[in-house]
Amino acid sequence: MRDGSGFRDGAGAPPQPASGAVSAVEVRGVDKVFETRTGQVQALDAIDLTVAAGEFVSLIGPSGCGKSTLMRLIADLDDPSSGTLTVFGKTARHARLDQEYGIAFQSAGLLPWRTVAGNVALPLELHGAPSAARSARVAELLDMVGLTDFADRYPDQLSGGMQQRVAIARSLAEQPRLLLMDEPFGALDEMTREKMQSDLVRISAETGAAVVFVTHSIPEAVFLSDRVVVMSPRPGRIREIVPMRLGADAKRAARTDELREERAFFDMVTAVREALHGGAPVGTGPRGMETR
Amino acid sequence: MSATAAPTGTNRLARPTRMGPRTETTLRIVAPIAVGLIVLGTWQFLVSVVGVSDYLLPSPASIIEEFIAYWPSIAQAMLITGTNALLGLLVGSILGILVAAVAARWRPIDQMSAPVVASLAVIPIVALAPVLNSMFGADSQFGRQAIAALASFVPVFINTLRGFRQTAPVHRDLMRASAASSGQVLRTLTLPTARPFILTGIRIASSLAVISALVAEYFGGPRGGLGGLISTSAASSAYARAWAYVLASIALGLLFYLATLALDRLLERRPRERRRT
Ligand SMILES: Nc1ncnc2c1ncn2[C@@H]1O[C@H](COP(=O)(O)OP(=O)(O)O)[C@@H](O)[C@H]1O
Ligand SMILES: [Mg+2]
Repeated sequence: MRDGSGFRDGAGAPPQPASGAVSAVEVRGVDKVFETRTGQVQALDAIDLTVAAGEFVSLIGPSGCGKSTLMRLIADLDDPSSGTLTVFGKTARHARLDQEYGIAFQSAGLLPWRTVAGNVALPLELHGAPSAARSARVAELLDMVGLTDFADRYPDQLSGGMQQRVAIARSLAEQPRLLLMDEPFGALDEMTREKMQSDLVRISAETGAAVVFVTHSIPEAVFLSDRVVVMSPRPGRIREIVPMRLGADAKRAARTDELREERAFFDMVTAVREALHGGAPVGTGPRGMETR
Repeated sequence: MSATAAPTGTNRLARPTRMGPRTETTLRIVAPIAVGLIVLGTWQFLVSVVGVSDYLLPSPASIIEEFIAYWPSIAQAMLITGTNALLGLLVGSILGILVAAVAARWRPIDQMSAPVVASLAVIPIVALAPVLNSMFGADSQFGRQAIAALASFVPVFINTLRGFRQTAPVHRDLMRASAASSGQVLRTLTLPTARPFILTGIRIASSLAVISALVAEYFGGPRGGLGGLISTSAASSAYARAWAYVLASIALGLLFYLATLALDRLLERRPRERRRT
C-alpha cells in the first residue's frame, strides 16, 4: 500500500509545521454515545483535552469512565458522536493512515503464530519496509526492550511482562510521535510493573514521543506523567487535570526509582487521589484551557 | 478408522494415571493392534473350528486369498473411487473455503447461505446419487464426484466460517491501527487464525468424500469402482471377494484420513518444532 522508501511518508497529509508548533492531540467538545440494545450509553461528555508534542499524559478514573473509549477515538478505532479530534493537526483517520501513532493494549495482542521478532516486524511488514531495513529496525527495538535473546521465541513461551515489552516494541516500530497505551501494565505484578514503568520513562525520553497512557493506578500515573487527567464516570467527563511538578524542571529521563520515595511524589499522589474522590475543587491545568 | 479409535479412547479413560509418555504411546499403538488380532483370531476360530458356514461369514484367510487373487482389479477400483473422492474433496474444500470467506465478509450472503448449508448438513447427500447419476448419464463419473464434493463442502464450509469468526478484537484493532488493507488483514490475521479450523474441516471431509464416492456407486453408473464391485460380488454370492473389496475401501478411507492428518502436521508442526530448540 505504500512505497518502501520511508516508514513515515505522510502521504496525503497537509504539510507539517515545525515539530513542537502543533500539538500531538487536540480534542474539542467530543461526545461519544453508544447505542446498545438496552438504550444509549453516554460514554464521553464534552471532552476537551490538548496533549503537547512530547508530553506524557495519563488518563485515570474508575472503570467505565470512558478512558479506553477516549483512547480509541484518538486512535480512530471508533468515531466520536460529536466534536472534533485532531492528531498532529490531521484528522484522526488521516493520522492513523499515516501511522502517526503506535498503540499498545492491555492484553499484549501478539500473534501467537509469529515469533517475537515477527511480531515486532508486523507493522513494518504491513507498510512494505524493505527486509534489510526491517530486520535492522527489529534488532534495534528488541535491544531497546531488552529482548534480543528472545527474538526467535513464540509469545506463549514468554512471561506476561515480556509479552507486554514485545507489544511496546511493536508500537514503537514506525517511530511514532505519539504512543497510545491502554493499561499496558494492568495485568502485571507490582515488581514487573515498576520495572516496566522505568523502562517506559527511558524509552519515551529516548524517542521523544508524546504518550497518552490509560491507567487506574495513581502512583503509576504520578510517576510517569507530565499531567494526569482525572475522569469521572456516567457520563465520562474530565473532572480535573493535575500537573505533575515532578517532571516540570527535571528531564523525563531523570525520573528514577528514587522518585517513588520522595516527598513530592507522595504529595502528587495525594493530589490525584483527592481529585479522583471528587472532594477537591476543579483545578487549573498548566495551559489554562483544558480544564472545565 | 473409528473402530481403531474407540479402544484407545477407553484405554486412556480406564487407566488415567501412572503412565509414562513412552508407555502411553506404546500402548496406544499396541492396544488397537491387539484388539484387531483378537477379533481376527476369534473370527477365524468361529469359521474354521466352530464351523460357521463360509457362506455366511467368510474366514479372514479366504478374504486375504481373494484380496491377493483380485489385486489388479482391486487396485484399479481403488484408483477409480479414490480419484472420484479426491476430486470431490478438492473441489468441495476449495468451494467451502471460498464461500465461507464470502459469507464471513458479507452478512447478507451469510444469511442467505445459512439455510442452504443447514439443509445440506442434515440431508444424507448420497440420497442424491440416483438423481445425479441420471442427470449426468449412466456412463459418467461426474455424478459421484459431485456427491463427494457436496459432502466435503459442508464440513469445510462450516468449520472455515467458524474459523473466520475467531479473530480476537484486540488483533482486529491492531490491524486497523496499523492501517492494514483488507487483503493484508486476510493474509496476516484471518487466514492464520482460521487455519486449524479449516484443517479440521478438511479432515472430516476426507472421510466423507471416500464414503460418499463409494456409496454413490451402489446407485448405478459405470462399474469398476470399489462400491460397484462390492455390490456385484455380493450379488453373485462371492462373499469373500466382496469382503476383500470392503477391506480395500477401509484402506482407502484410512489413506485419505492419514494424508489429511499429515497435511495438518506439516502446516501446524513447523513452528512448534522450531520452538523446542
Ligand atoms: N462498544 C461499546 N458498546 C457499548 N457500550 C460501550 C462500548 N464500549 C464502551 N462502552 C461503555 O462506555 C463506557 C466507558 O467504557 P470504557 O471506555 O471501556 O471505560 P474505561 O476504559 O474507563 O473502563 C462504559 O459504560 C462501557 O460500558
Ligand atoms: Mg478500559
